[in-house]
Amino acid sequence: MDSVRSDRTSGSRIPVALKILIAGGFGVGKTTMVGSVSEIRPLQTEEILTGAEGADDVSGVEGKTTTTVTMDFGRITITEDLQLYLFGTPGQDRFWFLWDELSQGALGAVVLTDTRRLADCFPSIDYFEQRGTPFVVAVNTFDTEHRFGPEAVARALDLDPGVPVVLFDARDQVAARNVLIELVEYVARRQYAAAGSR
Amino acid sequence: MTHDWMDQDAGPVVRPYAMTQGRVAPVGCDFDLVAFVVATVPDLAPGVQLQPEHHAIVAAAWEPISVVELASQLDLSIGVVRVFLGDLRSAGLISLYEPPAASQPHDVDVLKAVVNGLRAL
Repeated sequence: MDSVRSDRTSGSRIPVALKILIAGGFGVGKTTMVGSVSEIRPLQTEEILTGAEGADDVSGVEGKTTTTVTMDFGRITITEDLQLYLFGTPGQDRFWFLWDELSQGALGAVVLTDTRRLADCFPSIDYFEQRGTPFVVAVNTFDTEHRFGPEAVARALDLDPGVPVVLFDARDQVAARNVLIELVEYVARRQYAAAGSR
Repeated sequence: MTHDWMDQDAGPVVRPYAMTQGRVAPVGCDFDLVAFVVATVPDLAPGVQLQPEHHAIVAAAWEPISVVELASQLDLSIGVVRVFLGDLRSAGLISLYEPPAASQPHDVDVLKAVVNGLRAL
């Protein structure tokens, strides 16, 4: 038993896990996208709500208010030592606290939208722009005609130059995978540019 | 101790933090979502006063496993898993491997590997 104990950590290699956030308004296809490219599972988080809600006296029970949030969690195994985690994040404002932790050190984000309800993704875009998290905009075209091209969407969303906009069908595995590739390549380009300007 | 009337179909019958006796924060520093955990012993000694969830975590962490994966596999909320991990860490039963600092740029080779891996899907 003792030999097992001492050999434990030296023998096993520790993988690296990279986080990608899948964000966007309600019902835009986040769960569909996570499900089409990865092994999807629900993930419970039980979070403590801080800050005064109304005028209730909370002395003595500070930090006792919790809320349960279920996220979509998807895993893609790239190699034995490299895993990609997808988090389908709840879109409502009251879940911003979750985003802060998820976006910490994240590879980047996919902001999902559809052209009928473009405005629904404004909060996500604002959030990632403020945090400096690289993101691509993916327009889910599952039930709408391709009435707007990527340039029109980029203009309508007032995106910074270079932010990729992709039209895709979230149900299509290859299309969803290509969105992720677009994001990773964009991250690589940004890093390259940042290294060059130093 | 088992309860026959509690099963998977019954759903959660215990509020999450009841399992941790109301403790909402782990002992010591927090655990990153993508930190990896490895058990340092194959199984817990019977004398150690720990809960079934501790045992389940140790069993699941025989191979390196991330905090978020543990929560998902064991169907426990992330906050609850963190409290249990804190207990196991202070008992010296797990090793923790933090991810690289968030401020570090991602390794170019890693990004290339991700793109190649995605293309191969």
